[in-house]
Amino acid sequence: MSEDIDIQDREAREAAEKAAEYEHGWSSDIETEFAEKGLNEDTVRFISAKKGEPEWMLDWRLKAFRLWQEMEEPNWAKLGYPEIDYQDAYYYAAPKKKVELDSLDDLDPEIKRVYDKLGIPLGEQEVLAGVKGAKKVAVDAVFDSVSVATSFREELKRAGVIFLSISEAIREYPDLVKKWLGKVVPQHDNYFATLNSAVFSDGTFVYVPEGVRCPMELSTYFRINAENTGQFERTLIVAEKGSYVSYLEGCTAPMRDENQLHAAVVELVAMEDAEIKYSTVQNWYPGNSEGVGGIYNFVTKRALCQGARSKVSWTQVETGSAVTWKYPSCVLNGEDSVGEFYSVAVTNNYQQADTGTKMIHNGRGSRSTIISKGISAGKSDNTYRGMVRVAANADGVRNRTECDSLLIGDRCGAHTVPYIEVKNPTAQIEHEATTSKISDDQLFYAMQRGLDDEEAMALIVNGFAKDVLKELPMEFAVEAQKLLAISLEGSVG
Amino acid sequence: MLEIENLTAEIDGKTILNGLTLTVPAGEVHAIMGPNGAGKSTLSYVLGGRPGYEVTGGSVRFNGEDLLDMEPHERAAAGLFLGFQYPVEIPGVSNVQFLREALNSQRKARGEEPLTGGEFLKLAKEKSALLKLDPEMLKRHVNVGFSGGEKKRAEMVQMGILDPKFAVLDETDSGLDIDALRVVGEGINSIMRAPDKAVLLITHYQRLLEVVKPDKVSILSQGRIVQTGGPELAVRLEEEGYDAVMAA
Repeated sequence: MSEDIDIQDREAREAAEKAAEYEHGWSSDIETEFAEKGLNEDTVRFISAKKGEPEWMLDWRLKAFRLWQEMEEPNWAKLGYPEIDYQDAYYYAAPKKKVELDSLDDLDPEIKRVYDKLGIPLGEQEVLAGVKGAKKVAVDAVFDSVSVATSFREELKRAGVIFLSISEAIREYPDLVKKWLGKVVPQHDNYFATLNSAVFSDGTFVYVPEGVRCPMELSTYFRINAENTGQFERTLIVAEKGSYVSYLEGCTAPMRDENQLHAAVVELVAMEDAEIKYSTVQNWYPGNSEGVGGIYNFVTKRALCQGARSKVSWTQVETGSAVTWKYPSCVLNGEDSVGEFYSVAVTNNYQQADTGTKMIHNGRGSRSTIISKGISAGKSDNTYRGMVRVAANADGVRNRTECDSLLIGDRCGAHTVPYIEVKNPTAQIEHEATTSKISDDQLFYAMQRGLDDEEAMALIVNGFAKDVLKELPMEFAVEAQKLLAISLEGSVG
Repeated sequence: MLEIENLTAEIDGKTILNGLTLTVPAGEVHAIMGPNGAGKSTLSYVLGGRPGYEVTGGSVRFNGEDLLDMEPHERAAAGLFLGFQYPVEIPGVSNVQFLREALNSQRKARGEEPLTGGEFLKLAKEKSALLKLDPEMLKRHVNVGFSGGEKKRAEMVQMGILDPKFAVLDETDSGLDIDALRVVGEGINSIMRAPDKAVLLITHYQRLLEVVKPDKVSILSQGRIVQTGGPELAVRLEEEGYDAVMAA
């Protein structure tokens, strides 16, 4: 059953990619156009012009850019990285240095091994690895599947769901975008969000009308222009009254990018009785085992639970990036609204993660649940940073926080930094935190029963992360389990 | 089936096994008794291949193969089972998941087909009944929140499911009341008493040996076998104590 779904998924995903190429050409002249290194007003104007944006959008970007120039990079997180030279980076379509391979035999054996472990089929591996001609062959081969992707899009259209790249949405649905863009994460919110507001490359826009239950899980796989937007991605999802949508972001396959600096912004809006489920698997290149290279990932994700009984769940599995700075949050304005945050963050070698959430309770009877599982191995550092705030007039608020850390080896660090601000005496706030170590006893016990060292580690780690993994959509969960095991390879013994 | 020849082993540079020689043929239940610190648990860990226990001399052959040359999971697949004195907790992992993965890994290593979920559950229920363990317990996480007695019974359910050729049971009787002792003892008999199987039963007390009647009893002291006899040796030990028996 799940295999069938996998195949459908894959076909559709490939089809969508092909369709993108087929319909929009992705011609070579687009690929060679890029903004010069560095960041100034001209860069912002260039990006806006390239995207054919209306005046209001350019003004919005410029306003953000001017704000950004006045701001300072935050340094409160427990992260250490060399100073970023913002003038020494590309902000629009950096020239592609991706080498074309003649065949999979030329692929870095390390990457090939990970692809195999994840069970990615050969054809898809070729596309991911950039083997010459791989896509072309696929376009011919999957002509039938193009109609699969099309039928997905038609089904969404019939339901009234808008699912577009944010650039398309700015052109086609300017009023909707204008109404919500920057309303959840204001332009001046923080250094990285402001930078994103000025230079965002692309991203996703989803609009679910009143009373509509989105007929499928939405994934960036299905979206046109999904490639090349990882650097400054901008996502906006609006769920109207009584609607429901589940959105999947990311990919378990290791993602490399020439751009070291990533700063995404995600804004979610849930109206009365609406529900948004947002799942992420993040596996950006973490750097090598010596800590060289790797992505710096500074992400601002926030949800506005605006309507009564609205609900937003963030579920994330974070295994990649050299530096992760990310706090998916919920502003619970609606009465009896619900915010959930389920997170597994894995760090190995020299990775650093400072991640957590904020639950801002403004609505009466609003509830939140936070389950954070941090796994540290190698010489890495893993910090949970979480805020629970209850406003003075928000009666009957409840929060439960469970924050567990698992250490593998004795050279890594796990830290828990809770901020609890309660201004209303009726609030019930629970905070539990534990730290444990994978013991030699556990590993030997599992191995004595027949599991090899990697299987034993995977079993124990997945047991630890179970409460979070079960929140992921099924197919994603299976891949995420494998991913956890792969991320921790070499940390046994 | 198991031939231990002049085995020496150390932990952190300290010699614990010191020239241990012991042979257990198929069909035999062999009890090992001995004072505290004699090296009983070390023997079981060395046989299991636990990291940190360094073999410095001697050999162990298991059905003709060099046991010491195998990884712990390979020893398991070859049919070696260790009953732990202190069974380990694995939070978040149910017994069903744990044992099915373990069994299927073993089967794969032996070139056998994996059991389906249905086949496995049937087997698991059957073995739980044998040990009078509520099958609902199998849905719970491995050893988490189990009482001492439940852990030991669960350990024997694991043995029943994995169906080893050779079991090393390290103080499986500790922490059991009289009734549980009988259930566990009878479980060992029904799972392991067979012409092609053998058991090394490490214990301090005679009472388990009244249920699981050993063919041989050996005394382990200061890292070597100092005396071997029939079941009557265990009775003498219980009555007279180690010092008196070993001095005689």
